[in-house]
Formats: sequence, structure tokens, C-alpha cells
Amino acid sequence: MKKIAFIVFFAFLLFASIEMREFGKPPSSVKEVFPNANYDVTMDDRIIGKYNASAEKWEYGAVEETGANNVVTSVVFDYRGYDTLGEATVLFTAIAGVMLLFGRERK
Amino acid sequence: MNGDEEKMTVIVQTIAALLFPITLIFSFYVIMHGHLTPGGGFQGGAIGASAIVLLIVAYGVRNIEKRMKEENLSIFESLGGLIFVVVSIFGIFLATAFLANFLVGKAIFGQIPAWGEAPLNSGGVLPILNIAVGMKVIGGLSAVVMLLALITKEGER
Repeated sequence: MKKIAFIVFFAFLLFASIEMREFGKPPSSVKEVFPNANYDVTMDDRIIGKYNASAEKWEYGAVEETGANNVVTSVVFDYRGYDTLGEATVLFTAIAGVMLLFGRERK
Repeated sequence: MNGDEEKMTVIVQTIAALLFPITLIFSFYVIMHGHLTPGGGFQGGAIGASAIVLLIVAYGVRNIEKRMKEENLSIFESLGGLIFVVVSIFGIFLATAFLANFLVGKAIFGQIPAWGEAPLNSGGVLPILNIAVGMKVIGGLSAVVMLLALITKEGER
């Protein structure tokens, strides 16, 4: 039974690794990843944004959606804002614990 | 113990006093430019907390604690967390969801940068959240270091 499970799982792994794109090569188009997308740009343009020089504005990406130049900050504080809120809560809890343990009595 | 014995030498005190405003200004710079350059609230807050830790090391915990009570630092930290949550909740009413970026396109922080530009007046709510997290980290880390140093000094007595 274990051997059959191992063979099936290993076959999955093998097919997955054959189907993988070349290492380090990003998908050339959004349609390669999302076949139902109604626009056709490269994946970098989808994430960071594509600058339309004639209309002088950003399209599709994080710069257009959040208005921040720094895409990492727009991920940390906007797209994954809940994560940052949780992180701040962890900090708050740690500091509250230190205050409870080592804080002195108030008169 | 009146706190005079835990001071370091005059050289260290002078250098710390010189470096303290520079470090603090660098911390504010990193926090304010969080949506333009690498860094942000957490990193800038850690820099600002290290400035206060520098003062604690050079001048002694007790002398710093007279000027800068740890309750005040704790209140500062809680204020940062409160600003974060309140700005997030405003997203529900002024836009679609919790933590929604409701300031994009508005007058305050609403500008969308053009190609190659990095205006400070951009990013929507991201600068406000950066400042909130920066307040949180500055107050929290320096309060923790101050409390632990006070406990250590009391143990020596």
C-alpha cells in the first residue's frame, strides 16, 4: 500500500516538474497563468503596472491601484494589510507581556 | 543609587548627544519615505528606538527615565496601534472594505506618480499606516529596553 502511494505521489511530482516552466523564466503573458484574463500584458506589467506613455498614466498594476512607487510597501500595507495588522498585534502583545512582568507598581 | 554612577564617560555622552538627533531624523526620513524608498514603518521605528537606546546606554537608565517615562512611551505605542486600526476601519465607510485604500485620487496623499517621479504626496493611506507602525515600533522597543535595563540595575543593587 505504501509503495503504491509512493509511486502515485512520485508520478505527480514528476509530471509537475516536467510541466514547470524553465527555471528563472517568468511567464511571458498573463494569459499563460490566467487564461480568462481579458487583457494581454506580461506578468511584470500586471504586478508593478504598465506605463502608458501616450496617456501618461499607469495601467493594471500596483502603482495605479495604490499610488505608491514602492511596490513592496504597497503589498505589505495594502494587499496584505491584515498581515501587518497581525504583526503589529504580536509586537503589542510582546510589549504588554514585558510591561506586566517587569513594570513596577504605580502609586 | 542616584544614577550618577551608571553614566559613561564624557566622550561617550558627547558623541551620543551628537548622534541622537541625526539618528532620529534618519528614522523619520525612513518612515516618511516608506512608500517611495526601501524601508518603512518597522525599519524606521527600529532606527528611532536605537537612537533612544543609545541615550540609555550613554547617560544611564535612571537619568533618561526621569525625562522620558515608560508610561509615555507605552501611550505613544498604543496611539500608533489606534491610528492603524482607525484608518483601517475608515476604509469600510469611505470605500469598500477593511484596510481599503480610500485616499487614492483624493487631495491628501492621493497623487499617482508619473513615470520616474516619486512625489511624497502619493500612496493613499500607506504613509499614514507607515507613520502609525513607526510610532508603535519606536515606543514599544524603547519601552522594552528601558524596562529591562531598569530591572537589571535593580538586581545589581
